[in-house]
Amino acid sequence: MSTELVSGLPLPGGSEDSGRHQKLFDADTHTINFGPQHPAAHGVLRLILEMKGEVVERADPHIGLLHRGTEKLMEYKTYLQAMPYMDRLDYVSPMCMEHSFVLAVEKLLGIENEVPERAKWIRTMFAELTRILNHLLNVTTYALDVGAITPSLWGFEQREHLLEFYEATGGSHYHVNYFRAGGVAKDLPAGLEDRIGKWCDQFPAFLDDLEGLLTNNRIFKQRTVDIGVMTAEQAMAWGFSGPCLRASGCAWDLRKSQPYEMYEKLDFEVPVGVHGDCYDRYLVRMQEMRQSLSMVKQCLNHIRPGAVKIADNKITPPSRGAMKRSMESLIHHFKLYTEGYHVPAGATYTVTEAPKGEFGVYMVADGTNRPYRVKIRAPGYAHLQAMEALSKGHMLADAVAIIGSLDIVFGEIDR
Amino acid sequence: MHELGATIAAAAGPAVQEVFVERGQELVLRATREMILPLMAMLRDDPRFAFEQLVDLCGVDYPERAERFEVVYNLLSLSLNQRVRIIVSTDEATPVPSIASIWVAATWYERECWDMYGVVFAGLTDLRRLLTDYGFEGHPLRKDFPLTGHVEVRYDEEQKRVVYEPVALTQDFRNFDFLSPWEGMTTLPGDEKVHLVRAERGQIEGPKA
Repeated sequence: MSTELVSGLPLPGGSEDSGRHQKLFDADTHTINFGPQHPAAHGVLRLILEMKGEVVERADPHIGLLHRGTEKLMEYKTYLQAMPYMDRLDYVSPMCMEHSFVLAVEKLLGIENEVPERAKWIRTMFAELTRILNHLLNVTTYALDVGAITPSLWGFEQREHLLEFYEATGGSHYHVNYFRAGGVAKDLPAGLEDRIGKWCDQFPAFLDDLEGLLTNNRIFKQRTVDIGVMTAEQAMAWGFSGPCLRASGCAWDLRKSQPYEMYEKLDFEVPVGVHGDCYDRYLVRMQEMRQSLSMVKQCLNHIRPGAVKIADNKITPPSRGAMKRSMESLIHHFKLYTEGYHVPAGATYTVTEAPKGEFGVYMVADGTNRPYRVKIRAPGYAHLQAMEALSKGHMLADAVAIIGSLDIVFGEIDR
Repeated sequence: MHELGATIAAAAGPAVQEVFVERGQELVLRATREMILPLMAMLRDDPRFAFEQLVDLCGVDYPERAERFEVVYNLLSLSLNQRVRIIVSTDEATPVPSIASIWVAATWYERECWDMYGVVFAGLTDLRRLLTDYGFEGHPLRKDFPLTGHVEVRYDEEQKRVVYEPVALTQDFRNFDFLSPWEGMTTLPGDEKVHLVRAERGQIEGPKA
């Protein structure tokens, strides 16, 4: 309850000759426990807030309630078996999580230049679809946090369409395990490209509707403009990346500055904010969705038929048909799914621009079939750390808006 | 990239022990633990390097080494678009100077590293555990910490609270050793002869061809 001790004040009605020191507790500041079971905590965030009246004095996030020991588990799995853990990190943008891991393994195997072009285009396209998937969830639930219900009802319908594309490729709505070292698990089913193309045609109208609901909405702006301001210098010092960094005016995007996969062949712009407040973070995400949509269309134009994984059966499994006839293929299949491939000793820190920011995998390989160490660098981890700097001096309700604008997902923060 | 490494090594002096470029792509520096603070301050403030961001900090455990832990710092310069990885080593008892005064973002990363490996950071004001449970004992990412852990929790209906108990698995964790000499990548006990014969054959056939 009390934190500040004020001594030496005479107690009303107290006798002076007793000589005792009177203790008076300042009841102005009090501590409240926000979460871990709070809908606006976006998962299992336990936030200890020290309040002075309605104003936040200190904010101390307690994380780790969703800690599953992903990094430890990966040390006991082959590279192929470790892959599905990546989907479960940031579970609202699963394929982008796989992306960093896959690129890191490919780098260590030295096959990054051998991946077929079609596989690269598919991966790039799904990374961008995933970005839309992620931003749709964030923008709409963020609006929900500050009092608007309709965006989430509309947005989840669009998300459902995207998740159907996921299901068509990997057989599952979320944990698709689709990207693999050396390509993707299997080719796109017939007709999926047309379905994605049709979806692209109707999506801008939805984005206009969504912007119509929020961008000039008086209540939304009252809740977000000038709340949780981060200057560019502060954002860099706190390790911000992705839309949160760009909203502060830093034109930094790994897809532009350190291009990977097919991004150097794509034509896109990097939206940048000015004020670094909650509203700008929202605007940046809205613009990024439009950019991603244009990138998906470009990918669809570029995709040509061809192989979707490298031909080396030491790394990618042989086709089912080949296994029926060829002894060699059967052996390869068996060895791949028991022993897995060996990755030469070395270390890499591989990054991709995930929807939330710089998602990095620091992988140490020791030449065996299992990673020696995998460290996952989650963008949300750095963002949540700045919670106190962002929310100090704001109202309790603003803390909710700040959490929403940071795009926190505990799968990746707690790992 | 080699140039950048050489420039940093020249500017830092004895703080940098070794500079190499991993697979021609990533610049790595091995640094002296005691001199990490001035080195990091220089990397951030010198306009030739301008590493504004600490993107990642993590530990790695090598139990067979005398100084078993590596602390790995990944830095990023947004203005010059370059990355560098700094590695220092330490053991269970020797503290590593905290760089939280240089990059505020280091606080949580150092807390996590302490939590997971038991690496002590000197000068870190907030040395609480971060990811593990309240009252957790041990450092789970150490190689000698069992994958299954030591305690499990359940809700006890009689005591009306969550209780901690020693781990009791109906089937013990089975760690299969699938390492086999597939394409001669490794030599396992008992296989030496096969590999020896192959090597000898190569030696005999080699000079003839």
